[in-house]
Amino acid sequence: MSKLYVARNPRVAARCLDGEMMLMSGHDSTLFTLNKTATILWQSADGMTPLDEIVARRICPEFEVEPEIALQDAEALARALAGHEIMQVSEQPIPLPAHTGVQR
Amino acid sequence: MSDLMQEMADKALALNIPMSVQLDLTYRCNERCVHCYLDHDDHGEMTTAEIKRLLDELAEAGVFILTLSGGEIFVRKDFFEIVEYARFHLTFCVKLKTNAILIREREAARIRDLGVESIQVSIYSHRPEVHDGVTLVPGSLNRSLAAIRFLKSQGLKVIIANVLMTRNLADYPGVRALAAELGVECTLDPTVTPMMDGNRSILQLGADHAALRRVLHDSSLIGNVDAFCAIPTEADESTLDSRPCSAGHSSCYVSPYGDVFPCVQFPLPTGNIRKQRFIDIWRHSERMNEVRSIRLKDLTTCTQCTHVANCTRCPGLAFMEGNMRGPSSQDCEKSFARTGVPSANMLLKKRAGANLVQIQVLPGLAAATTVRVAPQA
Repeated sequence: MSKLYVARNPRVAARCLDGEMMLMSGHDSTLFTLNKTATILWQSADGMTPLDEIVARRICPEFEVEPEIALQDAEALARALAGHEIMQVSEQPIPLPAHTGVQR
Repeated sequence: MSDLMQEMADKALALNIPMSVQLDLTYRCNERCVHCYLDHDDHGEMTTAEIKRLLDELAEAGVFILTLSGGEIFVRKDFFEIVEYARFHLTFCVKLKTNAILIREREAARIRDLGVESIQVSIYSHRPEVHDGVTLVPGSLNRSLAAIRFLKSQGLKVIIANVLMTRNLADYPGVRALAAELGVECTLDPTVTPMMDGNRSILQLGADHAALRRVLHDSSLIGNVDAFCAIPTEADESTLDSRPCSAGHSSCYVSPYGDVFPCVQFPLPTGNIRKQRFIDIWRHSERMNEVRSIRLKDLTTCTQCTHVANCTRCPGLAFMEGNMRGPSSQDCEKSFARTGVPSANMLLKKRAGANLVQIQVLPGLAAATTVRVAPQA
C-alpha cells in the first residue's frame, strides 16, 4: 500500500483554543472546529511525515486505538478536510512554504 | 455571527482569551475625511520588529481574528511584510480596513495570495462629488471603486462600510445599489465617533433625529419594521446580568504606539506593549478588569431605562461622555429614533432643562447676557 502524505493549507487561518483547533477556510470563510484527534492530525500535517507514521506516533498512544482502525479514520478525516480545501492529501510528500509557521 | 463562531467566542470568553484584536498600524492617512476621529501625525509608531513581537504575543494569548486598520494601512511600507508574518507564520484570520486607493492589480493579487479573510473599504456615496467631499481627495471614489473591482477579480471578500452623516445620508440607497452591482456586502453605520482627544465638534456632522428615524424605519435595511421598532419589553434578571459588549471581554484594540484599549471606540488606556507583555495587560490591568466587571445592572441611568435590554449602548461612547457606566447619548438617540420612546437619559436631561430658570437681562446691562440657574434638588 502506498504512503499518504497530508499538509495544512497555508491559506487557512488556525488557532488552538483549549485543545480544540479553530480553522477558517481562506476559500469561503467557513469556520471549522476540530476535535482533539483531528487537531493532532492538523498539527502534525507537515506534508513530509506519512499519515501512517502520524497515526502510529501521535494518535494511537494518545487514544489507545488499534492502528489499522485509526489509520482508516485518519485517512477519511484527511480526505474530508481536503474536500473543504483546508488540507492537502497526496501520495507524494508535499513541501510546505518555508515561511509556514508553528501551529499554536 | 454563526452559531459555531458564537460557541467559540463563548468558550474564549469563559477562558479569558481575547478572540479578536484590532491593531491600527498607523494613524497616517492619504485621505482627510471630515468626520475622522484621529490625529494623522506620526507620534512614534511601532517599528516592524515591535509589531512582529506584538503579533507573537497576540498569537500566544490565543487571538484568532486580527483586524489591521488605521489610518491607512497601505501607507506603511512594511504592510505586506506584517501581513505575511501574521498569516503564514502565525496563522491569524486577518481582516483589513482600508480606503483602498493604493490597491491596484498587483496589491490585490498579493492580498489573495496571503489568504486575507476580508477587506472592508469605506465608501460614503455613489456620487464622486459627495464621496470626495467627505475624503477631501479628488478622484478618491473612482480609485476606491477600481480597487474593489481588482479585489473582487481575485475572488476576495469585500465589504463596503458606509458611515452615514447629514451630508451623505440621502445616498445610502445608491451605495447599496453600487455594492450589489459590484457583488460585495454593504454595512451602514450612523455613528460618528468623537475625536480621541475628547473633541466632540465632529458629532455635529452626524444624522439628525428625523434622518435617523427614516433610516431605522427603512424596511429594505432592517426587514420587519414592526419588530425592529417595537416598544421595548422590560429587561429580565439574566439580561441585567449580561455584559454590555465584547470590549475588554473577548476583544480589544492596540494603537500604532502600542497602547492597549478595550476597543477602538473606548480610549481608556490599560497599558502599553512597549512596557509590558500583552497578556499581562489583558489579564491584570486594573482598568481592563474594571471594564470587564461591569454588567448592565451596574449602569447608572440605563438600568432605569425602558431600552436597557435592546439598546445599542456603546460603553466607549459613554466613557467619552464622562462615565463608562453612564449612558451614551448617541445610542439614546438611536433607541428614540427607532421606537419613538425617549430614553431615561433623555428624560432626565429634559427635566433638568425644564427646571432651568432664565433671568432676563435688564436694559442697560450690556455686558450681561443670560444666566442659567441649576434646579434646586
